[in-house]
Amino acid sequence: MPYVPHTPEDIRRMLGVIGAPSVEALFAEITPEMRPQSFDLPAGKSEMAVLAQMEDLARKNAVNHVSFLGAGFYDHHIPAAVDALSMRSEFYTAYTPYQPEASQGTLQAIFEYQTAVTRLTGLTFANASVYDGGTALFEAAMMAVRHTDRRKLVVCEAVSPIYRVMLGSYTANLNLELVTIAHKSGTCDLAALTKALDSDTAAVVVQNPNFFGTLNDFSALFAAAKAKGVVSVISVYPVLQSVLKSPGEMGADVAVAEGQSLGLPLSFGGPYLGIMTCTREMVRQMPGRMVGRTVDTQGRTGYVLTLQAREQHIRRQKATSNICSNQALCALRALMHLCLLGEVGLTRTAEISIERAHYAAERLTAIPGVQLLSAAPFGNEFAVSLPVNAFQVIDKLTTRGYVPGFPLGRYYAGLENALLVACTEKTSKEQIGILAEMLRGILA
Amino acid sequence: MIPDDLKYTKSHEWAKLEGESATVGITHFAQEQLGDLTYIDLPKVGATVTSGAEMGSVESVKAASELYSPVSGTVIEVNNALEAAPEDVNQDPYGDGWMIRVKLAGAPEGLLDAAAYAEVCAAEAH
Repeated sequence: MPYVPHTPEDIRRMLGVIGAPSVEALFAEITPEMRPQSFDLPAGKSEMAVLAQMEDLARKNAVNHVSFLGAGFYDHHIPAAVDALSMRSEFYTAYTPYQPEASQGTLQAIFEYQTAVTRLTGLTFANASVYDGGTALFEAAMMAVRHTDRRKLVVCEAVSPIYRVMLGSYTANLNLELVTIAHKSGTCDLAALTKALDSDTAAVVVQNPNFFGTLNDFSALFAAAKAKGVVSVISVYPVLQSVLKSPGEMGADVAVAEGQSLGLPLSFGGPYLGIMTCTREMVRQMPGRMVGRTVDTQGRTGYVLTLQAREQHIRRQKATSNICSNQALCALRALMHLCLLGEVGLTRTAEISIERAHYAAERLTAIPGVQLLSAAPFGNEFAVSLPVNAFQVIDKLTTRGYVPGFPLGRYYAGLENALLVACTEKTSKEQIGILAEMLRGILA
Repeated sequence: MIPDDLKYTKSHEWAKLEGESATVGITHFAQEQLGDLTYIDLPKVGATVTSGAEMGSVESVKAASELYSPVSGTVIEVNNALEAAPEDVNQDPYGDGWMIRVKLAGAPEGLLDAAAYAEVCAAEAH
């Protein structure tokens, strides 16, 4: 849509319709001291000048690095059809229309998305999505608080620190007790987690693979939680769900995920996708929109928003959440991505990513002084401890076009020498070889 | 549709007092105002309810409303059939649509008789 400002004539006519003598008169109620004293804005620019300035800014982005960064966000190949289809004007809009009489296509797409993500997590219900993986995890924890009417959340320290910061911020004024169970060399301390559960605990919150990339079967923990009336909340990585035991198989009550790895390009802060799924027992506590399939008076299939009595336009302050929208376009891209890859494609993506990571781990740990942080099984991401500070290694290699991974010391005190390395199907063996040789070189 | 043998609240719940216990539901007027019910959230057996305090909620196709207990006491029975068939409340609010049975903590106070409740409905219908 072109940017067309109001002309003086437009403004004059609009003022005429509402009967205001001037724009100044419209804002008369705002006292002068409450108004900005000045606007520090440059004069208007031509389209050509704006474009040139933006291109200059864009050139400052380093886009040609070989990157082994992951830490919750992964550079998977996105089929070209995802861009082509999602940019169709029927879908590419800032506003998601939900009215069933006008939006059967949009509602069907969301319904199909819900179906797809429940198949990934092995749970029964999904909502139409929330903003991102962190928001989804917070909302899942709040589902547990409402469901149990308890105030304590037991959180594994190996859950993404970004999510844990969000959880802390969102719950800071909600009179909840957050209990964090320390990780053990990048693995979850299942015994300590189990021990921390009691009759005041609303939820146990874990992640698979965890932030360090290691894999867990949480079945026993979730069974222990169930026995104490505690809700099991798990955050997962959708791509690896094609090859890992699902949250449903482990007995989780709520499973959430960051959906970025399903057809969304990496960018500073999104837009990303919060996937939320749950059991039938929890569905009334689900926040946000949900689409259901039904039949009309003539028996024809139709799609509608369902269970809306949970939402704030009906429930007001007692709604399950203040979320009343979803990431419709991102959800649509995730659905397209899943449909284009299919079960076989997604499984192959996961398998190749895991193979590459295991090859990288082998190459990196062959370097003297470099070893895996933990002996636990991992997927497409692993942590190594280096004989030197990881931040320095990253700085040195980044100037040579290689980002070797994420510095775990940024979030975990004591792990300043630890590097978190991720691979996807886009990571080549040659790139892994070059990384290993560069690292060997600077450690020699 | 306001049976004489029941007691009522201004918030449209009814209570059938039976010695030490009471059966509780919502009135015909309430279900008519709400429209087709889709979900009813009730307290669990063993829960304590307090006269005038929230005890659950009902959802219909057009609204969600809180339920307020007409009596104080302990829940001894819950009509679990309503989970699968909330429409029972629409079809038979004083019979199959009963919600909970409460062991009374004391003599109920402040309830309306049928005539007084009829006036409440008449005033709200305008």
